[in-house]
Amino acid sequence: MSFTPDIRLFSCHYTSQQSCANEGKELEGLGFPENVRISRVPCTGKLQEITLLKAFEDGADGVYVVGCPADACHNVKGSQRAAKRVEAIKKALGELDVEPDRVEMYHLSRGLHPEFVDAAQEMNERIQKMGPSPF
Amino acid sequence: MIVADRKPLAEILDMVKDCKKILVLACRGCVTVCSAGGEREAEILASLVRLGLKKNGSKAKVIEGSLVRQCDREYIDAIDQWKGKYDAILSTACGVGVNFIANLRPKDNVYPALNTSFLGGSAEQGIWSEQCAGCGNCVLHLTGGLCPVARCAKSLMNGPCGGSVDGRCEIHKDVDCVWQLIYDRMGRLKRQDEMKIPAPIRDWSVAGHGGPRKQTRDDLTV
Repeated sequence: MSFTPDIRLFSCHYTSQQSCANEGKELEGLGFPENVRISRVPCTGKLQEITLLKAFEDGADGVYVVGCPADACHNVKGSQRAAKRVEAIKKALGELDVEPDRVEMYHLSRGLHPEFVDAAQEMNERIQKMGPSPF
Repeated sequence: MIVADRKPLAEILDMVKDCKKILVLACRGCVTVCSAGGEREAEILASLVRLGLKKNGSKAKVIEGSLVRQCDREYIDAIDQWKGKYDAILSTACGVGVNFIANLRPKDNVYPALNTSFLGGSAEQGIWSEQCAGCGNCVLHLTGGLCPVARCAKSLMNGPCGGSVDGRCEIHKDVDCVWQLIYDRMGRLKRQDEMKIPAPIRDWSVAGHGGPRKQTRDDLTV
């Protein structure tokens, strides 16, 4: 059964600069899925585990975080911290007998790069295969 | 501080599976410092319980709250502010907090969200280690301040045992032999001669083997 997943992206403002280009239409033209909702944060290191869980409570089928490369974060360790929090949520989802891969961490270079769109498409395909959230 | 960690979610969900209104109650004492049961952890747990129960078909309402501490009568009284909003309390305090709620709220169901582990300190960020066994008869003056009761796997009083190899305990290569640490430290303090005196036979009755312990300070009671 095909469905359009509700996917939430939390991205640091350095790696999501693309989302602002051409008044926000740049991404659309590059094939960024419409069903991926972006929340920009100053640094993914600021993201708390509860923010990711609330997204699931709010109806998300999948949640992912995009931060700087692990060894090149603008705030030194921000994206490393985010990755550990994503890992904690993966573990918690596993405890609830839910696919841990419904949440993911991506480390991408800053600026305009096709990988930002690739990550969104990958998550979209992954969650489509998994089906709707069991929550 | 008292160090604890969260129980497996499956165990917690099984405890509260028949509850309709759950109050996840944080403690702002020790378990906040060891990141097991403070407000942040209670908020996360409440979210996970909501998700888990919903997945299992329950329509239970889960709310969050916190107390300054759960090991003091005066703070337990503050539970009244959630009166009528819960039929079960899921406490993220240590075992003391759960006992205090059970002692003082005879009609309230209370469940433990944590496994209470040990008395310890922050070894480094995100890592806690056991330092004290609460044995009721402190010998730290004999051992340079390092506790053989809590930190020796055998709680030896005249160590080290034959399993001490290169300063490590035989139970695991990552565990320091506390008796090696004591020996080295006493050497630095020029007190190694004191170690030739056999430690006195201990009175273990004060370590909890004589039943629940209680302390009374007459100058403080009213």
